[in-house]
Amino acid sequence: METVNAARRPTPNLPGRDAVARKGWLAAHKWLLLRRTCQLGIIGLFLAGPWFGIWIVKGNLSSSLTLGVLPLTDPYLLLQMLAAGFAPAATAVAGALIVTAFYLLAGGRVFCAWVCPVNILTDAAAWGRRRFAIKTNHAPDARARYWLLAGVLAAAAATGILAWEWVNPVSLAHRGLLFGMGAGLWFLAAVFFYDLLVASRGWCGHLCPMGAFYSLLGKTALLRVAAPARNACDDCMDCFAVCPEPRVIRPALKKAGQESPVILDALCTTCGRCVDICGRKVFRLTHRFDQRSSP
Amino acid sequence: MSIEKPAGAPVQTRLSPARRKFLAGLAGAAGSGCLMALGAGLYATQSRALAAQALRPPGALPEEEFLAACTRCGLCVRDCPYDTLKLAAPGDPAPTGTPYFTARTIPCEMCEEIPCIKPCPTGALNPALVDIADARMGLAVLIDQENCLNFLGLRCDVCYRVCPVIDQAITLEKQHNIRSDRHAMLLPTVHSAHCTGCGKCEAACVLPEAAIKALPIPLAQGKLGEHYRKGWEERKKHGGSLIGDQLELPVRGLEDKPYGDSRINDDPPSDAPGAASGLDSRWKP
Repeated sequence: METVNAARRPTPNLPGRDAVARKGWLAAHKWLLLRRTCQLGIIGLFLAGPWFGIWIVKGNLSSSLTLGVLPLTDPYLLLQMLAAGFAPAATAVAGALIVTAFYLLAGGRVFCAWVCPVNILTDAAAWGRRRFAIKTNHAPDARARYWLLAGVLAAAAATGILAWEWVNPVSLAHRGLLFGMGAGLWFLAAVFFYDLLVASRGWCGHLCPMGAFYSLLGKTALLRVAAPARNACDDCMDCFAVCPEPRVIRPALKKAGQESPVILDALCTTCGRCVDICGRKVFRLTHRFDQRSSP
Repeated sequence: MSIEKPAGAPVQTRLSPARRKFLAGLAGAAGSGCLMALGAGLYATQSRALAAQALRPPGALPEEEFLAACTRCGLCVRDCPYDTLKLAAPGDPAPTGTPYFTARTIPCEMCEEIPCIKPCPTGALNPALVDIADARMGLAVLIDQENCLNFLGLRCDVCYRVCPVIDQAITLEKQHNIRSDRHAMLLPTVHSAHCTGCGKCEAACVLPEAAIKALPIPLAQGKLGEHYRKGWEERKKHGGSLIGDQLELPVRGLEDKPYGDSRINDDPPSDAPGAASGLDSRWKP
């Protein structure tokens, strides 16, 4: 019976076995656990108010107020507001500038990997694709997100309203968790099943205009992943299998077009999953100027 | 079967395959990106309407502007001490993510401090509103005169009693009850000059379905043409008619009677219909 099952449905060779065997489970999931803690912790901070009366952060990712003093506003949303022809009050502008400054320093798409709630959903879909060996892939061109980024601004200008906010899965998800999901669940289910069954990393890696916007802020990111021990690489491809933007790894790992071991591509979300998944400890999370490269 | 090209034949194109692939990719990216933006724009335009039962928080900019200004952050919702405000989820009666309240469920308590306006980061809730009595969240309308208990001749008065701007936003107007011919009807009457649209009247209406409803102002209120002038107001303003006094003629046979001769303004009339029964007290509030 068991052999029949095994023959009919061979367990796919999931990436990470080597890493768990060599480093132990915890070390092979260190950054993943930290990242989930960060993502859920941020949602928790927002929920502590309405649930337990501990008001640390109010609002949601679109705009928030921390401890009654620190205003934060999504800069991309502010741009849409300007495109729609509305001049927002100073608080929103200040909030957007603070957020912009932070991501210019830390790394634009750090938002995607460490803050965005949709990341949990699309990571789950990507895991599902690996686990059930789903190979169908009708992903649009990865540059589509930049066209959508511009298209969203154009839609705001044409309609005079923040058109993208009617469908934006990122704000729908976060707002839904804090204020009630309603039929927003269908939008998120659509994103999940799109990623699971239609396109590998379809949403975050090809379409999301917020991710595209944050990647534009990532050109000067200080926080970066590097491959200092790239000579130890045994070409197991595990890092490519788990990376949400696999094309960013090659230049640093294989010296393709660059000498530096640092992953400089602004599309890298600094999720650190490659650091976890590598049994040979090739990668590490470091800063932009860390040129160390072990022989 | 497709027609096979002879081996080694030159490809009849001015574009190299690499360039062709590049352009096709670019077109695909542009197509899918712009198509999604177009879809979002269409969907947003389709579902931008605020439902009739949904009211905006005090100080909200006019709807068109509000939909460009509101970040949908919910800070106003968090600072509403009465849980009046909600953020609309998809499927709710207001555009996705925007704050609204349903008067029948929880009306606006008209806090003096207006705490919901203060945290608004963009000014979608206008901080220029400092006196809550100046808020215009909607306008109450006694929408069902067939079932309103006061219109049936009873003394319910609940909407009038709960009105935070009692005797200004809602007054009771006395009318003769023609049905019984011996009672008065005190009709709740809303005055737009004072109604803030808080919806307390709708929340308090004792009927299973409220007879008085707070509606968004564009639904509740008509508008006079810009060129309209009210003769009686102009006359007062200018101390006399601008076009000369109207010729006033009595109805033949009813000369010297106030209801037949507009030249006589006698209040109260001594022999109007109903006076014969002796039941009309002619009391006016």
